[in-house]
Amino acid sequence: MKIGIVTESAAGETRVSATPATVAQLLKLGYDVVVESGAGARASFTDDAYAEAGAVVVGTDEAWASDVVLKVNAPNDAEIARVREGATLISLLSPALNPDLVDKLAARPITALAMDAVPRISRAQSMDVLSSMANIAGYRAVVEAAHEFGRFFTGQVTAAGKVPPAKVLVAGAGVAGLAAIGAASSLGAIVRATDPRPEVADQVKSIGGEYLAVEVEEQMESSDGYAKATSEAYDRRAAEIYSEQAKDVDIIITTALIPGRAAPRLITAADVASMKPGSVIVDMAAAQGGNVEGSVPGEKVVTANGVTILGYTDLAGRLPTQASQLYGTNLVNLLKLLTPGKDGQLVLDFDDVVQRAVTVARDGEKLWPPPPVQVSAAPAAAPAAAVPAEPKPEKPALTQQGKYALVALGVAALFLVNAFAPAPLPQHFTVLTLAVVIGYYVIGKVHHALHTPLMSVTNAISGIIVVGAMLQLSVDDPVIRTLAFIAVLVASINVFGGFAVTRRMLSMFSKD
Amino acid sequence: MTAFSVATAAYIVAALLFILSLAGLSKHETARQGVTYGIAGMVIALVATFILVVDVSDTLGVVLLLAAMAIGAVIGLARASKVEMTGMPELIALLHSFVGLAAVLVGWNGYLQHPSYGLESLERIHSAEVFIGVFIGAVTFTGSIVAFLKLSARIKSAPLMLPGKNWLNIGALAAFVLLTIWFVIDPALWLLILVTIVALALGWHLVASIGGGDMPVVVSMLNSYSGWAAAASGFLLSNDLLIVTGALVGSSGAYLSYIMCKAMNRSFISVIAGGFGIEAATGDDTDYGEHREVNAEETAELLRNASSVIITPGYGMAVAQAQYPVADLVRRLREKGVEVRFGIHPVAGRLPGHMNVLLAEAKVPYDIVLEMDEINDDFAETSVVLVIGANDTVNPAASEDPSSPIAGMPVLHVWEAENVVVFKRSMAAGYAGVQNPLFFRENTQMLFGDAKERVEDIIRAL
Repeated sequence: MKIGIVTESAAGETRVSATPATVAQLLKLGYDVVVESGAGARASFTDDAYAEAGAVVVGTDEAWASDVVLKVNAPNDAEIARVREGATLISLLSPALNPDLVDKLAARPITALAMDAVPRISRAQSMDVLSSMANIAGYRAVVEAAHEFGRFFTGQVTAAGKVPPAKVLVAGAGVAGLAAIGAASSLGAIVRATDPRPEVADQVKSIGGEYLAVEVEEQMESSDGYAKATSEAYDRRAAEIYSEQAKDVDIIITTALIPGRAAPRLITAADVASMKPGSVIVDMAAAQGGNVEGSVPGEKVVTANGVTILGYTDLAGRLPTQASQLYGTNLVNLLKLLTPGKDGQLVLDFDDVVQRAVTVARDGEKLWPPPPVQVSAAPAAAPAAAVPAEPKPEKPALTQQGKYALVALGVAALFLVNAFAPAPLPQHFTVLTLAVVIGYYVIGKVHHALHTPLMSVTNAISGIIVVGAMLQLSVDDPVIRTLAFIAVLVASINVFGGFAVTRRMLSMFSKD
Repeated sequence: MTAFSVATAAYIVAALLFILSLAGLSKHETARQGVTYGIAGMVIALVATFILVVDVSDTLGVVLLLAAMAIGAVIGLARASKVEMTGMPELIALLHSFVGLAAVLVGWNGYLQHPSYGLESLERIHSAEVFIGVFIGAVTFTGSIVAFLKLSARIKSAPLMLPGKNWLNIGALAAFVLLTIWFVIDPALWLLILVTIVALALGWHLVASIGGGDMPVVVSMLNSYSGWAAAASGFLLSNDLLIVTGALVGSSGAYLSYIMCKAMNRSFISVIAGGFGIEAATGDDTDYGEHREVNAEETAELLRNASSVIITPGYGMAVAQAQYPVADLVRRLREKGVEVRFGIHPVAGRLPGHMNVLLAEAKVPYDIVLEMDEINDDFAETSVVLVIGANDTVNPAASEDPSSPIAGMPVLHVWEAENVVVFKRSMAAGYAGVQNPLFFRENTQMLFGDAKERVEDIIRAL
């Protein structure tokens, strides 16, 4: 089958649905690839580069006439009409937000797959375009903020004076939030983050942020991998935190989104007004209504007190080369799933939850919304993890009295044996007892790494039994001599081999 | 001053040197010194004994002695210089069996030699000592042989499951006690033969019923047994040096086993008693989701961008002989300024400290090789963890799933790191037979194939 890469028509769109690198991968799946001339121009991919990767550079009509059309943005009406009958269109569709678009697609005898409807399960992670774009957007949000911000991010002590580090608050520690935290902290800023899901605290810490917990009696448990709406008590406490932080921080980046709903309002106009002049807010949810009061989608707004609010909705597109590469790879991964034979034949298998979930329309049949997918990897484990680890029932440990009794018994037995045994035995027991105690204490603090050499040396030493066998060799009896000969031989192997191997081992341990 | 008194004095010196030797072995700085002490003690003991033998024996005895020691020395030194470090566990197990065999032979000789005692009670004690010495020696002998065979993969490492295996063990012990009493009353040769057979069978069964994953403890336990066998021979021969040394080895080996049992959250008693192989929970139907694969180039990319890396090796690294490329990889990464450390689980490998020995062989500096407890809190701040041939020791189920067969076993918390790359030959379960949810974590990627080749691929990509 033929895959067509078309030029994006949406204003300001810089991305393209395939790069020379992903074209090569598509070819490997057995497809023929045609690329509309100039499709990758704004993402710095030339027609020549595509041709070199093995694609055929064609005109607009021919690209749209392919069996599979790959796009970034949802098609407009004219474009929907251009798709060939029986062909497949794959792009971002936002089917939940655009019911009209779904109806239009279903009205045509085509198959439409929505990249942004990939369920959040581990297996589908490689196709999760929302994650890959959010990652880029989070990074870019920090870069945009840094661009507007009049100071360094990192604190410095210079000959010209001391520079305090910038303080950044990231609201929402999803993929975008984490990317923003990572980017900001690697620029040297002090980064704080909020999120209703307490389990992200470790993730925040792991990339250099500080997690601000909202302490209310409530736990967010998410079965579909996204954050959910929060309770009133939580919202009240969270609002207080945002107000406190707004006064303190220099930069706020908000990433809070709830699927299928308007973005929650986190930062009020009063919070914005309380910020220092020169502060920057990046509202990454501006397109969905905005987390910040006063943000305008796609615009830069400067408030009366000198706070810049960025409502850019094309953050990922501002890194067109990177975004195209990741989006293209997401597409390749989806097509890998849809091309089980690697023979260039696209097959849809609705028993597979991923394939079912992305399919919005097929041959004039509307298939949206798909049946819900439960994605939590280990459903049984989740509640168990929430319960604080119960103290495990101790093994029936000996009571203190029991221990004393045992010790007393042992001592008594030792005493009786020695009291009644004839001459050499008590001496031997004395020696044995003391040696056991010494053996125990001598290796009490042995370093773990030295266990093997220790064992090897004790093994060599236990070859001391050779002494007994040697003495028996002096007995003038052929049977005894034979046995003693064998005993001396094997014990000698032990003695010599044991010491030699220990020396060899120890000579390898080195410190730099 | 007679040859006998010289020998006795020399034995005391030798015993002291052995104690110093073990004490020295507990620290890196003094370890080599410790071995020197051990060798000195052994030389003193052997020379003193040799003088004693020359004093009392005819020429044939001396010639035989020298011949036996020479042959033994040649074989021992040859084996020691040839052995691969990955083959250490097998070699040590085999050496244990020699001590066991020697103890059996010395015991038999003690019976055949049968010195005459004045007192009847001394006669009886002598008989009991022969019996006990032979019993412990024989158990050590066959036990070590089985451990050797299992470790060198000559027989299957899966635990042998005989019906009523605990009763078999207890029955053998009971038989031993009864036979001892009988033998003390009537020291007949056939009783000695019988107890030897019982002990050989017991030793075989004890170790055969322990799975390959528990071998580190088994080897350490056999080490302890071989010590006790030597001590028993000491009683038999009225030789304090044997008693001291045997008890030293016996108690230190037992303590070492105890440390390792704690590391694996196992009962010490059940190890000493043997047959503690756990029944693997198979037929686990839990859906863990899907794992993700990664290739060597991507891993190299990950490493290049990492700020800190922890490598947690397991037996798989030993099998694949991957310690040299791993050391090379570590060197390169350190040159690039990446902080690289090793996290070693106490029971990684088939011998306590097995991984340390392998890494030392490949010239990895020992101060970046850390124990589980030293490094477990650092995983959360680590960019990349490379799990090379380890499985059960990095299984999150041990700390998170109370129903898991390995629940409660302390494990390396690798899953807290940002990225985990697992080197593995296939998706098969580890020795404990438990599926590892780590492989299905979102931050985990699988790099399939031979660990050595994959690491070499990464080095090339770097």
